[in-house]
Amino acid sequence: MVHSSDNAYSGVMVINKGVGARTAALRSSVVLHAGMAVSGLIMVLFLLAHMYGNLKIFEGRQAFDGYSAFLRVVGEPLLPRSGALWIVRVVLLLSVFVHIYAAFTLWHRSRAATRGKGAWRYESAKNRRGVQRSYSSFTMRWGGILIGLFVIYHILNLTADYIAPGGASSSPYQRMINSFSIWWVVLSYVVALIALGFHLRHGVWSAFASLGANTSVARRRVLNGAATVVAALIVVGFLIPPLVIWVGWVR
Amino acid sequence: MKVTLRIWRQHDGASLGRMISYDVEGISGDMSFLEMLDVLNERLTVTGEEPVAFDHDCREGICGMCSLAIDGVAHGPEGLTTTCQLYMRHFSDGDIIDVEPWHAESFPVVRDLIVDRSALDRIIQAGGYISAPTGAAPDAAANLVPKKAADRAFDAATCIGCGACVAACPNGSAMLFTGAKATHLGALPQGQPERNARALALVNAHDAEGFGGCTQIGECTAVCPVGIPLDMISRLNADVLSALGDSGI
Repeated sequence: MVHSSDNAYSGVMVINKGVGARTAALRSSVVLHAGMAVSGLIMVLFLLAHMYGNLKIFEGRQAFDGYSAFLRVVGEPLLPRSGALWIVRVVLLLSVFVHIYAAFTLWHRSRAATRGKGAWRYESAKNRRGVQRSYSSFTMRWGGILIGLFVIYHILNLTADYIAPGGASSSPYQRMINSFSIWWVVLSYVVALIALGFHLRHGVWSAFASLGANTSVARRRVLNGAATVVAALIVVGFLIPPLVIWVGWVR
Repeated sequence: MKVTLRIWRQHDGASLGRMISYDVEGISGDMSFLEMLDVLNERLTVTGEEPVAFDHDCREGICGMCSLAIDGVAHGPEGLTTTCQLYMRHFSDGDIIDVEPWHAESFPVVRDLIVDRSALDRIIQAGGYISAPTGAAPDAAANLVPKKAADRAFDAATCIGCGACVAACPNGSAMLFTGAKATHLGALPQGQPERNARALALVNAHDAEGFGGCTQIGECTAVCPVGIPLDMISRLNADVLSALGDSGI
């Protein structure tokens, strides 16, 4: 609003630069979206590294288990055993927390702005999915919840070895073989990865746009194309190991 | 031609609204959507019924007053078109057309199809201007503006403030409108001194009015009658983030 007290010329309208402006802006939807974007991109970088590690399944048991052991000693002696691993885990946990906190806060604001109905606030049953929006864009929230539940299941399954339908093992290689020899485990991973693919298709694009990287109509196309490539790369890269184990090419 | 309208009727902000059907006959394809509503209203007036209240002013597509969600789409099925410039030739004989006001919590319904869009005015009041002492017009060449910046500012300034972006947004966000204001003034040299303060003031006012955040879906730019591009939201995002990083605003 207009504050005539803090201006240089008497009678001139100046934009309020009060201390409250910065504090209020820190809670704005723009900052929450920037938080979602940065935390999301950190997780995308992790996924790319994770996917690369998974593909070592083709190098055989020794190489795969050796890589797993290496992740626990990397950084020694500067870092203690598993030090680097725990640094990554803490960064990822913080990212997950920021991502979920921002998502629910923004979801709440979006519902408050549309009487809880979002795009369905019109009586007309026509064009309920808008005129151009992508499938990915309107499955972000429920897709995100699905992915969150999958991550818990996945950690209990292959990291903690707690859910071990095909038999527990101290060898990460054997854990993968045991799990992915069972059709419903493979199916659960396929479903989760497709959900992840849709989430990343819109998520990667909107992360860059939220951070200010969408500077023109042409750039919008480029960022959307890049998001599709990243999403497809991650889905295909992660799907290969479970599928080749299930069909029995790697045993 | 003859069309069946299902129109949102609501007596005032305090009462509940509902869809009511009307058959409208004798419509020419050369009538605009609003002229078709005029035909309906003349009939309703003659038969002693309450005419349908709707916003309109210039009927030339430049004032930003007309505001109808037609079949759930802000300003109807044609791109880059305001409701007043939408012609009945884009519909077929016998069509059932749903006509609703722009639903958003920050746009309370005044009556029938009229909503109160003064929330957008308050965003402008918070930062959609430059602070300059008035006086004689400055020399035309006193402030050099690069052609690209002038074009960009003009593209943003074409925003007529109709609020279609809010009506179309699944999040009820007014970020396309707000981004257009930030881009318009932020692209010009006259807008630079207050660029950081403006970005913060605009976004704070936007959120305080109860509009949702932008999830970069793009429905807003698709229905915008003047084609404000989605990247103007990204411009505002960048300005807000850099303003927060700059201690000297």
